[in-house]
Amino acid sequence: MTAANKALLELSGVGKHFGGLAALSDVSLHIRRGEIYGLIGPNGAGKTTLFNVVTGLYQLDEGTFTFDGVAYAHCKPHVLAEVGIARTFQNIRLFANMSALENVMVGRHVRTRTGIWGALTRHAAARNEERAITQRARELLRYVGIERPHQTLAKHLSYGEQRRLEIARALATEPALLALDEPAAGMNATETESLKALLQTVRASGITVLLIEHDVKLIMGLCDRVAVLDYGKKIAEGVPEEVRRNPAVIAAYLGGEPASPSSSGEEVGVEE
Amino acid sequence: MRNVPDSLLHPGKRNAWLAFTALALVLLALPFATDALLGRGWVRIADFALLYIMLALGLNIVVGYAGLLDLGYVAFFAVGAYCYALLGSPQFGLHLPFWVVLPLGALLACVFGVLLGAPTLRLRGDYLAIVTLGFGEIIRIFLNNLNAPANITNGPQGISMIDPIRIGGFSLGSTHELLGFTFPSVHLHYYLFLCCTLLVVFVSLRLEDSRIGRAWMAIREDEVAAEAMGINTRNIKLLAFAMGATFGGAAGGLFAGFQGFVSPESFGLTESVMILCMVVLGGMGHIGGVVLGGVLLALLPEALRNGAGPVQQALFGKTLVDPESLRMLLFGLALIVVMLVRPAGLWPSVQRRRELIADDGVVQQEQDTVYDSSK
Ligand SMILES: Nc1ncnc2c1ncn2[C@@H]1O[C@H](COP(=O)(O)OP(=O)(O)OP(=O)(O)O)[C@@H](O)[C@H]1O
Ligand SMILES: [Mg+2]
Repeated sequence: MTAANKALLELSGVGKHFGGLAALSDVSLHIRRGEIYGLIGPNGAGKTTLFNVVTGLYQLDEGTFTFDGVAYAHCKPHVLAEVGIARTFQNIRLFANMSALENVMVGRHVRTRTGIWGALTRHAAARNEERAITQRARELLRYVGIERPHQTLAKHLSYGEQRRLEIARALATEPALLALDEPAAGMNATETESLKALLQTVRASGITVLLIEHDVKLIMGLCDRVAVLDYGKKIAEGVPEEVRRNPAVIAAYLGGEPASPSSSGEEVGVEE
Repeated sequence: MRNVPDSLLHPGKRNAWLAFTALALVLLALPFATDALLGRGWVRIADFALLYIMLALGLNIVVGYAGLLDLGYVAFFAVGAYCYALLGSPQFGLHLPFWVVLPLGALLACVFGVLLGAPTLRLRGDYLAIVTLGFGEIIRIFLNNLNAPANITNGPQGISMIDPIRIGGFSLGSTHELLGFTFPSVHLHYYLFLCCTLLVVFVSLRLEDSRIGRAWMAIREDEVAAEAMGINTRNIKLLAFAMGATFGGAAGGLFAGFQGFVSPESFGLTESVMILCMVVLGGMGHIGGVVLGGVLLALLPEALRNGAGPVQQALFGKTLVDPESLRMLLFGLALIVVMLVRPAGLWPSVQRRRELIADDGVVQQEQDTVYDSSK
């Protein structure tokens, strides 16, 4: 019980600047093991920047972050992938000219070992590993619901399928934390619905999910807790319903909208 | 659809075997046929074509798989060739055996590959091309100038009287009688180079379809995503440089032993560009295409050189344009035409085919989908 409640990812005082622009300033938050944690905020609030910091693509300027109790400032992306942080990208970044299957197989790279020698000789261990990689990749493609032939090139998949393929590829790295950058962007209502179901299954399998999303309905229906960023600062954090009623959030995020918090609450509808 | 008659499937397999056997026979008979039909000079050209194929396949690992544009690849060829030349010639009076010098040259080239790779890891595309180009030139200039104060490379004169390739007591430098056939030196080299080329093809095929090969391609497709998926891009890129350089070095050793003479002139930028052309023109990242590109680009200039004169004689009764200058003109023209007509290369990897040759259930599914949507 205590282990389940311990923070998996913890940011304290994280700052990231681009020239004079503070994309993140003094952001502190903690994500508990097993929860779905939402990260919302207006465009340019710094959400993607936060992802890039925790996945090692950007190096933070201030503060620290720990993952599973270990501090990982100034680490290479592949190290963070290895310790169990996997992500998807806001602007889909698949390996376009590789097949759907190969894309997921690349995700297995970090959990497998075969090197040049194994590739050349294909000794028993290498063959077994290769078979396991293929099998796991196929399972994951089915798991995220890609029905197309697995040999289809990633670039020939539909938009929704590409988003799900990114999730499959990230899951292939066996993450403890799955960070999704606007996975529902560009999806229609049915696709979003099945994405929601998928993320619930993912969470049920014990993976913690960090979710950036603009789709308020999805966030409200899915997340255990939500943090709101605005101009690089965390302006609110808590259970979705609470955050939605927070005046600072309304001002920043829903600011332009005429609807009052309560009426928008009825409209969106809290899950169950 | 599931009940495809066996008779329809098996001939395919048999045909593949037939084609394979036919190809093997052609490759085996090639030096003799060429010798009889076109003359011994063309067997020599075939030998060089095989060396070029090895080089192109080596460069294909760096450019085709890992997507790292390398314009100084011939430097590794030079390293392998000079390693052989220095250790197996009167230059230092060293006459180390072939089986020591060749692997040593390949290893040394591999080290140079890593040395070049390490500082260029952060560079991409054009910038990488410029740095590698510089590296290639540096190696050539070094070879050109390392004759003073201490004479190591003999400078622009190059190193001559290099030991012929000798396997055990069997020297490839002279004619041999075997099984009633006469094998001149060029024929023997042809068979050795053919074996080496097949080995390089095999290695390429195995690497392509492996965890490492996929990592290379992932880096080529999207380096940031590859990194985020846990690929140590530094190591994997260095591995690509090292593997490519190793092939280049080995080909260099064979070249030195075959030619018996090396000089810096053989390792200029045009050679690097030529090898890159083979890869790009044939079909980057596709072994068959790269081999085809190597064959064509090795043979075409020779064919033009030998053919341009007689053709002009036949057409106009005299030689209007010097064949040597016409050769490069036509060669350049051919390149432009090919790149215009087939921008992905003459024989790119058949993605469509890959999509179709899925496992049974999946093909079924695809056909069902088509059927459903047409209802
Ligand atoms: N590499 C960079 N160089 C300079 N500025 C950057 C860089 N990356 C992000 N920024 C800036 O940092 C700020 C935060 O950007 P970020 O992409 O994190 O926003 P976001 O919350 O993800 O927005 P969106 O909802 O539009 O995706 C923006 O002003 C952006 O222009
Ligand atoms: Mg963003």
